[in-house]
Amino acid sequence: MTDLHTIRVTVNGTTYERTVEARMLLSDFIRHELGLTGTHVGCEHGVCGACTVLFDGQPVRSCLMFAVQADGHEIMTVEGLAPDPDHLHPLQEAFWEAHGLQCGFCTPGFLMTLKPFLEENPNPTEEEIRLAISGNLCRCTGYQHIIEAVKLAAEKMRK
Amino acid sequence: MKPPAFKYYAPTTVEEALALLAEHGYDAKPLAGGQSLIPTMNFRLAAPAVLVDLNRISDLSYIRAADDGGVRVGAMTRHARVERDALISARAPLVHETMPHIAHPQIRNRGTYGGSLAHADPAAELPAVTVALGGKVLARSQRGERWIPAEEFFIGLFTTVLEPDELLVEVALPPLPARTGWAFDEVARRHGDFALVGAAGVITLDDRGRCADVRLVFMGVGEGPVVAREAMNILKGEEPGEEAIRAAAEKASQADIDPIGDVHASADFRRHLAKVLARRVLTKAVERAQS
Ligand SMILES: Cc1cc2nc3c(=O)[nH]c(=O)nc-3n(C[C@H](O)[C@H](O)[C@H](O)COP(=O)(O)OP(=O)(O)OC[C@H]3O[C@@H](n4cnc5c(N)ncnc54)[C@H](O)[C@@H]3O)c2cc1C
Ligand code: FES
Ligand code: FES
Repeated sequence: MTDLHTIRVTVNGTTYERTVEARMLLSDFIRHELGLTGTHVGCEHGVCGACTVLFDGQPVRSCLMFAVQADGHEIMTVEGLAPDPDHLHPLQEAFWEAHGLQCGFCTPGFLMTLKPFLEENPNPTEEEIRLAISGNLCRCTGYQHIIEAVKLAAEKMRK
Repeated sequence: MKPPAFKYYAPTTVEEALALLAEHGYDAKPLAGGQSLIPTMNFRLAAPAVLVDLNRISDLSYIRAADDGGVRVGAMTRHARVERDALISARAPLVHETMPHIAHPQIRNRGTYGGSLAHADPAAELPAVTVALGGKVLARSQRGERWIPAEEFFIGLFTTVLEPDELLVEVALPPLPARTGWAFDEVARRHGDFALVGAAGVITLDDRGRCADVRLVFMGVGEGPVVAREAMNILKGEEPGEEAIRAAAEKASQADIDPIGDVHASADFRRHLAKVLARRVLTKAVERAQS
């Protein structure tokens, strides 16, 4: 039984029309159908946060949604973060400068979680930062540099 | 990991959803926030033939003041919205206090109040808190509707009294009487993980400062929310001083619960946590009731 649905989804400002199987996860749709492989897939059961994307502006786990549910909605992935090919988003700059990543596998998820967080909380405390990233796992950094990067990003974004 | 194939429906009204559930019965499952159902499908622990997605039914997402002074929450109201809602913090402050403990921000953006109750995870916060508040849920099917007290709603591990053709549509939380205090606390390995043990307490004092009503409910120590009746009996009619609270917490951890040990915590450790948490939430609830 193949249950096919034609959906229109806007990803990073571009609207795509595709026919997908109902069971296709949003994460697989983004990576395999659209070729946007910046969204990473770590656990596929909601624990690691690597697959975080913005769904109508809010961070969600794309491995815990079906692509068909995104019909008519707007998605932003890490590829949509930088303003243009020559400039990074302040968050990306800060992660680079403060060594907020090592292998980088977890980074897209962190960035997409933090973008709306810092827009809503321009001057977060360390405690608030820790809670904000509690749903993202990193196996490399030990988080300390990530927290420093978030503080730096907040500073950059306030300017 | 790929979920097994299913037939997908996205009704826009409750009536359509109820018709689909009536037609497909045990083969169908409602899809709310998907934050519990989709992981189990990805693991292939669940393989429903039909999914009835509730996300396009905008009528199910609301938080409203009730005439009795309480509050009504639509089943599809997301955790993130409940967490930030002013009416919830005014009329159901225990729920407000509990929300940040539920999973992580990204999951709270999708997960729903109704989904959390219907899923009936024994370690979930909202079932315990809803029982502690004496809430009730409204179930609808094509056969009609019925109100179910939260205390009678949960009947075992991941099991509720809902029939396959029934949809949980609303949760009603009653108003807090005067001189009522509340508190929630839990112990989890990491913030946002499912807790090892949690406790919710609600205490109403009479005009002489004695316990007119006590509710103490645990999560993580049984097959669902566990109402600590023996502990509640100890406090009822008594002045809730330090000694009485200590005795009630001791009783709760010995007589009211029968926790199991697993990889996360031994049964003894859970019992210990239950005692400590009971003491903390009861103490805080009394403080709040007095102020
Ligand atoms: C990593 C992770 C950590 C988590 N940590 C916690 C935690 O600490 N505490 C906690 O409480 N939860 C936690 N959750 C679960 C989360 O809160 C879920 O959102 C919640 O348990 C289920 O809500 P949902 O809306 O996502 O339901 P779904 O996953 O969509 O549905 C769950 C079940 O309920 C049924 N159902 C849903 N809505 C209805 C309805 N209206 N009527 C009838 N049946 C219905 C579905 O058919 C399904 O069987 C966590 C989840 C993840 C992935
Ligand atoms: S891949 Fe989605 S949370 Fe891990
Ligand atoms: S940098 Fe390697 S997992 Fe985070």
